[in-house]
Amino acid sequence: MSSETTTKIPEAATVPPPGAATPKRRVPHGHQRLLTRRDRITLGFMAGVPTILHVALVWVTALASIALAFTTWDGIGFDSIQWVGLQNFKELFEQNPQFWPALEHNVIWFVVLIAIPTPLGLFLAVQLDKKIRFSRVYQTAFFLPVVLSMAVIGFVWQLVYNPDTGLINSVIGANEPGKYIDWIGDPDLNLWAILIAASWRHTGYMMILYLAGLKGVDPSLREASALDGANEWQTFKNVIFPTLRPTNTVVLVVTIIEALRAFDLVFVFNKGAEGTELLSILVTNNIIGESSRIGYGSAIAVVLLLISLVVIIPYLVATFRKERRA
Amino acid sequence: MHHSSLGQAMPATSRRTVLRGLGGAAVLGAGIPLLSACAGSSASSDPKTVTVGSNASDAVPKKGYADVYAAFTKQSGIAVDINTKDHNTFQEQINTYLQGTPDDVFQWFAGYRMQFFAAKGLASPIDDVWKTIGGNFPSAMHDLSKGQDGKYYLVPLTTSPWAVFYRKSVFQKYGYEVPTTWDAYVALCKRMKKDGLVPIAYGDKDAWPAMGSFDQINFRLNGYDFHVELMAGKASWTDAKVRKVFDTWAETLPYHQEGAVGRTWQDAAQTLVAKKAGMYMLGMFVAQQFTDKADLDDLDFFAFPEIDPAYGQDTVEAPTDGIMLSKKPKNHAGSVKLLEFLGTAQAEEIYLKADPSLIAASSKADTSGYSALQKKGYEMITQAKHLTQFMDRDSRPDFTSTVMQPALQKFIRDPKGIDSLLSSIERQKKTIFASG
Repeated sequence: MSSETTTKIPEAATVPPPGAATPKRRVPHGHQRLLTRRDRITLGFMAGVPTILHVALVWVTALASIALAFTTWDGIGFDSIQWVGLQNFKELFEQNPQFWPALEHNVIWFVVLIAIPTPLGLFLAVQLDKKIRFSRVYQTAFFLPVVLSMAVIGFVWQLVYNPDTGLINSVIGANEPGKYIDWIGDPDLNLWAILIAASWRHTGYMMILYLAGLKGVDPSLREASALDGANEWQTFKNVIFPTLRPTNTVVLVVTIIEALRAFDLVFVFNKGAEGTELLSILVTNNIIGESSRIGYGSAIAVVLLLISLVVIIPYLVATFRKERRA
Repeated sequence: MHHSSLGQAMPATSRRTVLRGLGGAAVLGAGIPLLSACAGSSASSDPKTVTVGSNASDAVPKKGYADVYAAFTKQSGIAVDINTKDHNTFQEQINTYLQGTPDDVFQWFAGYRMQFFAAKGLASPIDDVWKTIGGNFPSAMHDLSKGQDGKYYLVPLTTSPWAVFYRKSVFQKYGYEVPTTWDAYVALCKRMKKDGLVPIAYGDKDAWPAMGSFDQINFRLNGYDFHVELMAGKASWTDAKVRKVFDTWAETLPYHQEGAVGRTWQDAAQTLVAKKAGMYMLGMFVAQQFTDKADLDDLDFFAFPEIDPAYGQDTVEAPTDGIMLSKKPKNHAGSVKLLEFLGTAQAEEIYLKADPSLIAASSKADTSGYSALQKKGYEMITQAKHLTQFMDRDSRPDFTSTVMQPALQKFIRDPKGIDSLLSSIERQKKTIFASG
């Protein structure tokens, strides 16, 4: 059978009219030259290894933690996993005194980041875009906090806020009995104290994003609006800001992500004591360490995941729709 | 043109480097889970080495243990391979560490935390070791070293009591007397406040010191048995007895240092060092903050005052540290020898020479080298009718860390609303103790 087919092939190749045969023969031939065996293995690796890593590290773990959210498990041996259905969520919503405050703080975190450091970053970017002297120095100074690790920022600000020996209380004389201001422990103050630190960092981040956006604005737009007699504010409001739309989208997404993943700063600052509870810290406190309430912690993580999805899906839908239109 | 750019413009060598890089990444990815497992075991199947997992990462205890192991090697010819991890990291990773390939023996705490891992089969019983060393320990230490199945799992090494610390010179200056009853204690607080001192230094930023305060008041007011029941999750947190603990505590809260939730215990201890505070209820490790010799000599303590005469001052909170045998030690015979050595008074004396802030768990250890503080602590522990460990060692750590720590922080900041706080604790306790 096989000998017959092989002998038939050259005949078959000669029979059809040359006009049709040449492209047909060249295409497979070209493909063979394009992708040798080694190429195919290489490509297989290049696509396969990241896929395996992605599936194993992102999808499997994410799905596993969703599954674990419906169980209770102390992390010792797989046979101790017990299915409990929705009990973790019920307990979380009805009994955990830290859950609702944590959710609220994540929202406050986002609102504050959008309301204060973002406009401030935009303002700084506009100023730096004017080619003033020492522009690079200012840029570096404002951007420096972004380069620092969050843990370092938390540590530095914790020294500033230390009720006994910290900078603020020492300067205003509030480190004596009767006059204490407990920046770290007082739940009416500590979230705002941390948000100042977070905003300090976020401003620099926003500044760089907006500065990049402003550099991309066509200079002829400014010229045109100047010729039309618009003043600086009008130019910014009506011409420059609308062209920054893509940057604004990035800023919004970045800020939402920052608000949802806020963790390290607070953890170093006061481990998420009353007033600064965050979802990410609740997850950590329940899973890491000896507590090992892995099922319960996963349930909190799932809530965090759902919130992220609610935010990210509309963004992705909008982006894809735009791409399809383009 | 297109195919040539893909097939030729990209030289084979660069493709190979890319592949090599990818291979490297794959190995790295596969290596991550292995790495954590590797950390615990430093290959030693040879009978001349015993591996030890140690949480003694601070300079003083680290040297103390190194001295002890050196003495063991000298005596037995068995080398000890110490694998030291940061104290808190060790604690946080203990679950994964014990399930992976742990060292032959590992340092851990007495009490519920030891019994938990023993019950999970992550530690081996050491009844044979206790046959040799049993005579070296008082009966309270025997109890602390047993699992729930009645077998021994731990060799206790060191302990130290919790008490109320004060400066002798400050008490002398103002003519204060050591209070033995609750009323005298509260009266002393009032006097100190009038004299311009902070009566009770306090810091609960680390969230665990407040658990010590609760323990003291609870076993003074309700007795040891009720305390044990409460810690084991059997008694209810909404019981009127528990409510009374918080009421009693609230009585002294105005005399505690303000802003406690934002202050570390070290900073609170500094107010005692600076003689700005009159008293500080903490473990004997508070002495570590007294770096000046004269200050340290001036430091003294008294047992937490009696609240209910029926219980007097019969219970002492004395967290005990020791060493356990892992589930499948590679060198069982050598490990047993090491544990037997650690259970001798000699080993404990070597350790305490390096770290004078603790007390030997063995009653055979020589106390002549003790400082005045150590001697007093030793007496307090040997005379105690009952020993407790600490809330997070006597109860489930998941309950104490996720429920009690935030609840107690809330209470000391704002002592109103105790009832709703207690019913919230009880609800959460029920679900946690019901699970696994």
